[in-house]
Order: sequence, then C-alpha cells, then structure tokens
Amino acid sequence: MAGRVLALYRREIAYYFQSPVAYAVITIFVLLSGYFFYNLLGYFNLSSIQAMQSPLQARSLSLTLSVLQPLFGNMSAVLLLLLPLLTMRLFAEERRSGSAELLFTYPVGDWDVILGKFLAAATVYFVMLAMTIPAVSLLYYFSTPETGAVVSGYLGLFLMGLTFLAMGIFFSSLSDSQLVAGAATFGCGLLLLIVGWITPFVSPGAAAVLNEISIVRHLDGFSRGIIDTNDLVFYANITVFFLFLCARVLESARWRS
Amino acid sequence: MEGAIAYAPVQRWSMIEVTGLTKRYGARTAVDDVSFSIEKGEIVGFLGPNGAGKTTTLRMLTGFLPPTAGRARVAGFDVESDSMAVRSRIGYLPETVPIYRDLSVSAYLDFVGRLKGMGRARRRERTAEVVDACGIGDVFTRRIGALSRGYRQRVGLAQALLDDPDVLFLDEPTVGLDPRQIVEIRDLIRGLAGRRTVVLSTHILPEVSLLCRRVLIIHHGRLIADAPPENLRTHGSDALRVDVEARGEADAVRACLARVGGVASVDISNAAQAGVVRAHVTARPGADPREAIAAALASGGIGLRGLSAASITLEDVFVELVTKEA
Repeated sequence: MAGRVLALYRREIAYYFQSPVAYAVITIFVLLSGYFFYNLLGYFNLSSIQAMQSPLQARSLSLTLSVLQPLFGNMSAVLLLLLPLLTMRLFAEERRSGSAELLFTYPVGDWDVILGKFLAAATVYFVMLAMTIPAVSLLYYFSTPETGAVVSGYLGLFLMGLTFLAMGIFFSSLSDSQLVAGAATFGCGLLLLIVGWITPFVSPGAAAVLNEISIVRHLDGFSRGIIDTNDLVFYANITVFFLFLCARVLESARWRS
Repeated sequence: MEGAIAYAPVQRWSMIEVTGLTKRYGARTAVDDVSFSIEKGEIVGFLGPNGAGKTTTLRMLTGFLPPTAGRARVAGFDVESDSMAVRSRIGYLPETVPIYRDLSVSAYLDFVGRLKGMGRARRRERTAEVVDACGIGDVFTRRIGALSRGYRQRVGLAQALLDDPDVLFLDEPTVGLDPRQIVEIRDLIRGLAGRRTVVLSTHILPEVSLLCRRVLIIHHGRLIADAPPENLRTHGSDALRVDVEARGEADAVRACLARVGGVASVDISNAAQAGVVRAHVTARPGADPREAIAAALASGGIGLRGLSAASITLEDVFVELVTKEA
C-alpha cells in the first residue's frame, strides 16, 4: 500500500524535477514574491520615515499588518495562477496517452494513485514556499517581526495552496486536455477567492455562507498570527472534498468509458 | 512422500471463466452475452474484426472496465469483487503500448515492479529475466520515448511478464513490428505455453494458426466460434469443395459435373487459357465425389487437367463466419 504510493510519488517527483516544470514554476513564484516583498517593504519604510514626525501614526505601524499580511495575500493570487500548472497534467496526461489503462490494471487502488500524485505536487509546492523564506527572514535583520505571524502565515498559505492542488487534481481527472483542466482549476479557484466581493449585495444569510466559503477570508486569521480551528477545518475539508470527488471520477470514468 | 506428490492428480481448473459477460455503452452493446472458459496453460487466440469487442472484453477481464452484466473469474477470482487479487495475477499488454516516454527502460520496469508490489530482490531478479527474454538489454538505459516501435512493444511485453503472472492478456502484440521481431515475439509467446495461460487478441490469422491451440471468434460483441484452428477449417460447412480444371466448353463441363452423384453445386469461373475452364464444385455434406468427377469427365470426352480438394484457409472460415453473422 504505502510502497505503491511511494512508487507513484517518486515517479511524479522525478517528472517534475527532470523536466523544466518545477524549476519554471518555482522560479516565477520566487521572483514575483520577491517583487511584492520589496514593494511592500519600500512602502513600510516610507511610512516609518513619515511616522517619525507624528507619534500618533507611529503607534499604528505594524510589520505584520502592512508587510506580512498583504504579502501573503499577494502570494495567494500568484499561487492561484501557478498551482494549476503543477496539477493539470497529473491525470489528463494519463488519460490522453492511455497509460491510465495500464495503471489501473496494476494492483493499485485509486487512492494510492491520487495520494501519490497529490503528495508529489504538494512537495513541489512546499519547496516553492520554502524558497521565499530567505527573503522574509531578512526582516529579522532589520526589525523584530512577530515570529508567530510569520509561521502561521506560511502555514495558512500552504494549506490554502493544498486546496488549489486538490482542486487541480480533481479537474485533471475530468478531462483528457491539460488546458481544460488548468483553466477549470484557475476559474474555480478564482471564484472561491473573490466570492466574498458580492456579500454587500446579497441577503445576510447568503452573505454569511459566501464568507464561509471564501478562500482568502480564511487566510486572514493565519496571516495575522491567529490559528483558528474553523480555518484549519475549512482548508482540510475543501482539500479532502476535491480529492474525494477525484476518486469518484476515477471510479465512474471506468463505468462510462 | 515424494511419490505421493508426483502421483497426485493434476488439478485442472479453469484459469478464466466467463459467463454471460455483457458490456453496454448506453444503447450500444459492445460485448453481448459472451461465455467461455480457458484452462490453465492454454494459449487462446481471440479473433475478430476491428470493433468486434475484443479490447472491451480484455479490459473487463483485466479489471479495468466493470461488466454491465455477467461474471468473469480470472485465476479463480471475480474481476469485480476481487479486482486487486485478479490484477496482481495478470499481465496486460494493451493495444497501444502506453508507457511513460520520459522514463528510461530500467526506471520504468522498476516503477512497474513497485506498483505490482514486488520486493527489491524479486524486482532485480525478474527484471534481469524479462530483459533477457524480451531482448531489451541493449536499450535498458535508454529513454522509452527514444525507442523504436518494436522496442517499445517489447518493453510493453516485459512489463506484462515482470511479475511472472498466471494469466497474460496480449492485445495485438505484433502490430508494428518488423518480420524478424514478429518471429521473436511469437517464439517468446510460444515459450510461455504450458506454464501460463495466454489470451492473445489479434486479427492476424496466421498468428492464430501458429500460436494457438484454440480460437475464439468474436463479432459484433458475440462469440460466434470456439474451436481449435484446424477444426475451425471445417466449421463453416462440412461440405468438401473441389477445384476442377478441364478442357472443354463451359456449358458442357457444367452439365457433365452437375450429373455426378454427390455434387451439390457447380461454379464455373473464367478460363485461365483458351478452351480451359475452372469449375468450383461443392459436394453434398459427407460426400467425396472426386473419383466420380474424374470418371464422368473422362466418359463425357472432356479433358481433365487438374482436380484437387480446395483447402479452406482460416481466412475463408473467418470471412464466412463474419459475413454470415452480419
């Protein structure tokens, strides 16, 4: 069981790191994150200099609120664009090339395959986030950021990314086409990201529901250093939900085709 | 003790048992109420025109597709309820060998061995064996995407054989190979006889005559024949067919032949040369009118130039069965 998951995991990891895919996605993410970080830090610097004249303003200055929180917010938007590129291939390519036929005549369960692929994508994603840590730790050199907020911010971002990956694997299992899988993942992820925008115009009940399913709203707590069970459960639920849907698709695809 | 083992009766049980196997896609029925059983060690040819339902049947037997109705047991396990047990006892070579182009042959076989749950020592031992058997030693470290079709086919065969399966399903194993490779692959398959059960799907008829002691013909999803290839030759009709070449007028030859006892029908085709006609005579079932034909022609003053029982090829039977059913 575990041996098979590991075999599938290693095969996907080898694909990511022997092809330019992982390097391209990681590089782009690190460059863009660096740019956002530089930009936010520059503004924070400017505000700090202005705050030297007005002590009132100085009291409201917060590294967490004006650098870390927006940085994690910006990163989540970049992830929305990049993570579908990691997952769109996973099942679509097996379906297109027909290798799925052979794969599912080996004594491997659907969940072995799903977990192997999911964990491989999650590993690439983990490396991706880890590569931005050096930039963020520069804050420790110049100032005293709240370590709790940094750690919980990364944790939240990682969990949010896992929901995108699970979503991506699900859409990849639906289509032979990588492009369709990627586009659907992006669309679905974006919708969950911006679904909170319409809350002012809908009934309070609907607004509460929309707020609950908004992916970024659950990130807010993490990036301010608050780890809320509600948020943890939300991300875990969405991730498991999409992986579960993917298992259903694999099962039903065999009934139909 | 040893004597007891040696004299123990050989247990013969069906490796593959299929009853009423059916697969429908919406309104279309791809496989329709197919039943057969295959004993351990048999090499069975699975014959049929394209789209007859061969691949669908194989996919159901390998546990990839669930049947709509009916049951199938492979190596003693139900393909639906015991799918994993079946899957760990079979090897499958699909029609288009869909293997990962980015992997090297060695990495691919290692991957397959792990998926089949083989331990490290067994993987190493079996890999050496199948690499040798399939003749892929000289491409072992090459990327699969860079291999020729023939080599890729052999890598496909190697993965099917890797875990020393009880049952081997081969879907068109020699398509796209050059004649020398075809001979090698056929030798390899023949070498598997006895130890393993092999189901060989093909539409290359000589391959069936060469390799299989039994043929299943499937057409429009239905099993229309199940016999050894040599029995199949007489399966279509028991009637003997005789080719006659004679010198004389077409009408005279026809009239003369039609009077012979035991002749059911006469067909005259174009003369090969002036004054010579060819007649295709079909005898009544059970009758062999060859001597009578010779005597009748001689007494009728028609020169007999040749007379032979037409050999019915597997092709003829196949075409006849398939067109009759259609």
